Amino acid sequence: MIEHFPVLIIAIGLFGASFTPIVGLIRKELCSPWASFITLLQLIISIFLLYRVIAAGNMSYWLGGWEPPWGIEYAVDILNAFVLVIVAGVCFSVSIYGRKSLALEVPGKELPLYTLYILLTTGMLGIAVTGDIFNLYVFLEIGSLAAYALIAIGDRHSLMASFNYMIMGTISASFILLGIGYLYVMTGTLNMADLSALLPSLYGRPVILVALALLVVGLSIKTALFPLHTWLPDAYTHAPSAISAMLSGTFTKVGIYALIRVMFTVISPAYVIETVPVMSILSWVAAAGIIAGSVLAIAQYDIKRMLAYSSLSQIGYIVLGISMANKLAMTGGILHILSHSLMKVGLFMVAGAIIYRTGIRNIYQLRGMGKKMPLTMAAFVIGALSMIGIPPTIGFASKFYLAWGALYAGEWVFVAVILLSSLLTAVYFWRIFENVYFGVHEGIKKEEAPLSMLLPVLAFAFLVLLFGMFASIPIGIIEQWVTGVLPGED
Amino acid sequence: MGNRSFARGGLMESVSSFSPALAVLASLIGAIMVLIFGRLPNIREGFSVGAGIVKFGIVASMIPVVMDGKLVELKLWELLPGLPVMFRVDAFGLLFGLVASFLWIFTTLYSIGYMRALKEHAQTRYFFCFAIAISSAIGVAFSANLFTLFIFYEILTISTYPLVVHIETPEAMRAGRKYLLYLLTAGVFFLFSIVAVYHYTGTTDFAPGGILEGKGIPENMLKLLFITFMIGSAKAAFMPLHSWLPTAMIAPTPVSALLHAVAVVKVGVFTATRIILYVFGVDLMNETGLALAMAYFAAFTIIVASIFALTHDNLKKRLAYSTISQLSYIILGAALLTPAGITGGMLHILNHAFTKITLFFCAGAIIVASGKEKISEMNGIGKQMPLTMLAFTLGALGMAGIPATAGFISKLYLLIGTVEALQIPLLLVLLASTLLNVAYFFPVIINAFFKRPEKEQSFKEAPLFMLVPLILTGLISILLGILPDAPLAIVRIAVANLMGGT
Repeated sequence: MIEHFPVLIIAIGLFGASFTPIVGLIRKELCSPWASFITLLQLIISIFLLYRVIAAGNMSYWLGGWEPPWGIEYAVDILNAFVLVIVAGVCFSVSIYGRKSLALEVPGKELPLYTLYILLTTGMLGIAVTGDIFNLYVFLEIGSLAAYALIAIGDRHSLMASFNYMIMGTISASFILLGIGYLYVMTGTLNMADLSALLPSLYGRPVILVALALLVVGLSIKTALFPLHTWLPDAYTHAPSAISAMLSGTFTKVGIYALIRVMFTVISPAYVIETVPVMSILSWVAAAGIIAGSVLAIAQYDIKRMLAYSSLSQIGYIVLGISMANKLAMTGGILHILSHSLMKVGLFMVAGAIIYRTGIRNIYQLRGMGKKMPLTMAAFVIGALSMIGIPPTIGFASKFYLAWGALYAGEWVFVAVILLSSLLTAVYFWRIFENVYFGVHEGIKKEEAPLSMLLPVLAFAFLVLLFGMFASIPIGIIEQWVTGVLPGED
Repeated sequence: MGNRSFARGGLMESVSSFSPALAVLASLIGAIMVLIFGRLPNIREGFSVGAGIVKFGIVASMIPVVMDGKLVELKLWELLPGLPVMFRVDAFGLLFGLVASFLWIFTTLYSIGYMRALKEHAQTRYFFCFAIAISSAIGVAFSANLFTLFIFYEILTISTYPLVVHIETPEAMRAGRKYLLYLLTAGVFFLFSIVAVYHYTGTTDFAPGGILEGKGIPENMLKLLFITFMIGSAKAAFMPLHSWLPTAMIAPTPVSALLHAVAVVKVGVFTATRIILYVFGVDLMNETGLALAMAYFAAFTIIVASIFALTHDNLKKRLAYSTISQLSYIILGAALLTPAGITGGMLHILNHAFTKITLFFCAGAIIVASGKEKISEMNGIGKQMPLTMLAFTLGALGMAGIPATAGFISKLYLLIGTVEALQIPLLLVLLASTLLNVAYFFPVIINAFFKRPEKEQSFKEAPLFMLVPLILTGLISILLGILPDAPLAIVRIAVANLMGGT
């Protein structure tokens, strides 16, 4: 049974998405539990897959029994499985959280909403599971189209935000498609493993460089790497809160995953590090993004918008870690995929819970929220402290590894950027703490978010602490993968 | 080439025990109980006091083992691969742990009196954060490596912030921001230093001979590391990184007393001393000349902060600058790198704690009883508050280092230390500082006892909850001067371990 899991995770999603309208026709209220059920199945499968690849090595599934490189191959190694678990975990938790939140923010839209929700989840899982680069593009488009539509369901500005995103996303998609096309023309194959075997003999050719450039730029738009981020703040601000939470934890992350795949599996690390300075360009761009994202976040007063800009800076951390391309920094970068998902999804969910109870989005109007929603705000504090990198939270662990990796590489500027930017993070979160917990606020009644929203919020805060305390566990898993990709270092 | 720590103190025998973790946990559990019983003040405060007594008991239970020349060790788990959360109680850590946990009991009692007398708001938050802060201070004291120490160091920063901004006025919020700016920045530099130490040596464990020597680290890198480490210990409030401390005086007085005379700033000097003696080590500090530079740096702070203290009319501010000056005594002692110097420095952690907390308690009692904060307004209050002002006098005498007070013993050792190190200018600095101490404390005493108030005053002594702790700490600070043997015995073990021999 377990050997069919790689395709099952997709099949369940596609089946679930197509049946959502039918479920919805029976009773609208069933759509949300249905989505939770489907994503829960996907989560369970992902966890099994992760367990399996750690215990027994990589998996390969040939779709329809066609042997690669002719057929489509689903190849699962530790990195895939790691991303699968994050994506499915976030999507499942948010689907529970979203039942109340979405019903209030976008009432009556359950049918399209949850269909798209499952479709988006499946698209992202597909990106992570596939071993075929064209198949990756297809899933990227499935996910993106679903995301455009989901964002458009939000408030009255969301149409414009979605449209913006669509334009950027389409540009990005054409870049990616062109890049894949060039690779296909040169090698005649679309299978990633096959590509990586055939490409080294072609490294001298400029066309490979062009393909690489197109892929990197295209994927950078999808991951919202500064300065190609312009779609992200509006999209996250105006999308329904639950959707913002889900997207922040998953969609940019699978973009980064695809970036890692292209650079370290399809094209060999030696090429992107030594032959052409892709890595060093990316790392400087990412460092600029870290600072720019934080500074822009400080300038915001809408809580969701602030969190969106903060994502920008955190994506910079991840990309910086990966592009320094040594074991430590890479481990830190990949660990930060997990950290950022946990903290940012939690924070967005808190923002959504505040909006659910009060409708307030302006951080200067949050006075007394600490009394009104004590547990929710406690979760917010934990998430924010993790963003700043206070031990013992997961954000501290990844920051430690990133700084260590930068030191190992002798990149002093990056050491400074990684460490000092946590102060900027402290600035924009502390404004909220000041407003939430201090100042005169009499006669505030305690009114927590409903349990179905509170539980996911608390679960994420708990995970931030748990993985922070036992960061050795995810680090051990990641190191296992990184060692395979970047051999030859001590 | 053997391991230095073997060569020096001999191989220290260690005993595995849960006591260090329990000591940290005691007040954490206390904190949770405070939160749960937030609506029942008497039960809530009962848990605060109870946790304090239990905590002190656990810390004290480790005295026999440490006096026996052993270490108490507890390795919990590896938070990051190769970086365990680990406790190791040595004589130096135990000394600090004893001071902090013992004074916590007094401060809790005093806090109850202070907070209730002033009908302060948000008392649950106050006692909750207080308990977490003291947990982290003990955690710092018992940390076996830089990594564990850093975790508690950061938690301390975060948990004391709500205490600093307690009154929540715009001024307090500004002070809080300044507090965070300094201490979080310090944390960043500290983190960098730890990452670098781990990168170069593969360990962050404290060892009596230091861990950086013989690892092939370039000398410039060592110097840079020392600077970033010292910026990282900005909690020690040496100049020019001191200005958060006077600003933080906006906190309620018990907070100023415990956190800014004992816990936070002492964590700073404790950390700095650990780094100087247990990370860099005596030999390396000598070879690189960093020790001498640090000693003169501390001397500069001692004098300048004393002069600043003279200019402040607000009693708490004056005490804050006095703290800045006195903390540098401790760093000076460690930087002298001689047995007497280190003994003096370590002893001063204890002695300064008792004397300064007495002075802060008195300042708070005056605020509660009379509402006065300025020294110039305190004419004749010795008549209304004789016991308080008597305790203040005891504290001030100890601070100045008059014989038969606690301050005298540590100052004596420091003076011998400067002679041992052949640094006569530093000897003069210490003597000058004594005079300055007299100059800024005695006007308070003179005002209180010998000047007539401008108008009739009707207030009385502060409530008993406040009065009793301040009298006791005042008496203890004298007692420590008359009978210094017990703390000296602990310090001697630490110094012997550092220096080898004796």
